[in-house]
Amino acid sequence: MSKEERKENIISTALKLFAEKGFYVTTIPDIAAKVGMSVGNFYNYFSSKDILAKELILYISEYLGKHIREINEGPGSAKDKISAIVTFYFTMATERPEMIEYFLRIYLSNREVFGESCEGMVCVSPFITEMMIFFDDGVAGGELRDQDFFSAFGLFMGYLGGMVFLFGEKILPEPLSSYEASIAENIYRALKTV
Amino acid sequence: MRSRLFKPTLIWLQGVTCNGNTHSFLNLPYLPQLLARFEVLYHPLLPCSQSLEEIARCRRGCDVLVFEGAFDPMMERAGVTLERLVAYYAEEAGHVIAAGSCASFGGIFKAAAPERNSGLAYAGEHPDGPLLGKAGKVINLSGCPVHPEWLGFALMNIAEGRPISVDALGRPTALYRHMAHDGCLRNEYFEWKVDAEQFGRKEGCLFYEHGCRGPLTHASCNRTLWNGVSSKMRVGTPCFGCTEPDFPRRNLFETKTNMSIPEEVPVGVSKRAYLTMTGIAKSFKIKRLEERLTDDD
Ligand code: SF4
Ligand code: SF4
Repeated sequence: MSKEERKENIISTALKLFAEKGFYVTTIPDIAAKVGMSVGNFYNYFSSKDILAKELILYISEYLGKHIREINEGPGSAKDKISAIVTFYFTMATERPEMIEYFLRIYLSNREVFGESCEGMVCVSPFITEMMIFFDDGVAGGELRDQDFFSAFGLFMGYLGGMVFLFGEKILPEPLSSYEASIAENIYRALKTV
Repeated sequence: MRSRLFKPTLIWLQGVTCNGNTHSFLNLPYLPQLLARFEVLYHPLLPCSQSLEEIARCRRGCDVLVFEGAFDPMMERAGVTLERLVAYYAEEAGHVIAAGSCASFGGIFKAAAPERNSGLAYAGEHPDGPLLGKAGKVINLSGCPVHPEWLGFALMNIAEGRPISVDALGRPTALYRHMAHDGCLRNEYFEWKVDAEQFGRKEGCLFYEHGCRGPLTHASCNRTLWNGVSSKMRVGTPCFGCTEPDFPRRNLFETKTNMSIPEEVPVGVSKRAYLTMTGIAKSFKIKRLEERLTDDD
């Protein structure tokens, strides 16, 4: 296994452990044991839990950014792109729930861990940038209504995050994917030009 | 270098104009020395050897034709159409200078009557106008009005027989390769995305909320100051992009945004890269840049 692959392995293992046991309870020896590595060797990859925490959010943000960028650069109207983003997000939440869990429960609720180096948009900028491009294109193309960025962003991501949360809490009666079409439609109606 | 004894002849004609470029030119500190290098056959305000009526007879050509204002083929000077005057004098002249944005691209008069008015060799950014076929001769000194130093630079080079290299829109690269943003005293505010709270203040950048076109405008206003002392941004007014072919634009004091995201970003920067950097830069709160620079208000 190359160093990069090992790093990926640590990242996905850590995400799963954090999701199962919680961020504070999970220790570095736990993660090291699970990836089959000595604690000493682990520190060659991430020198502290805070640094690992920050790398995880960057990793997720890049993952989100990369996929939304493909959607942004692909063909289709803003309406189509909203559907594609919703589908992608829900697929990710279903297949890799630990990533969204981490984003919603750890990154957003434990801001103190991320400290100054993750201030504002620094650690989530690949993702936020793509959402900005999506909104900007949509307004420039006349399909979406011009409004404040955070109002639109909060509406879009808050809705998705809320649904994923309900899903994680096992409150939703149906699987996430069965809500995709109606959620995309709701988001589009809230954002489109009148 | 040319012999100092050789004096190129110069004619300054006006199309549809507010006289602004002439007035700007009168502020050139070394105007007398510059004029001494030419034989001024005609200028509407400056001492010259011929009257407009004599010029309108089209008997004798000139080396340098300076044209101020938009071109309207039907407009007459001393009973002769501009179409004839420009065609005649441009034929002989070694250099034609379009002084100001109207002569260069049509400017405000083209905006008002696009079917009649154009620049000498451009209508907006599209090649058009009476000197379309002679565009190689035309030096566009856009600006509303033209900066006196830029006109001085072009004429001095012509007097000295030095070539003037121009960009794709016929503007001298030495003057228009820079952006108006270059040399602006507010660049640090621009970097950290701190916008001006009000017009006229020393603090803050005018890009995000006040319509500043500095990073999108080819001009050296902040390198060669106006009257040697100032520029729009130095006094807290946004650059209006007056040197660009799309001038005048509407809503000069507004930055066009889509969901708070600037529609246009600095020339040569991809929007994605710009947004990434902006998001990060905005995350920093730099106390020094949030404070007033002077205590007296
Ligand atoms: S005020 Fe205009 S020219 Fe000055 S830094 Fe800001 S954007 Fe640039
Ligand atoms: S600062 Fe901008 S608006 Fe002002 S003269 Fe220069 S180019 Fe024109």
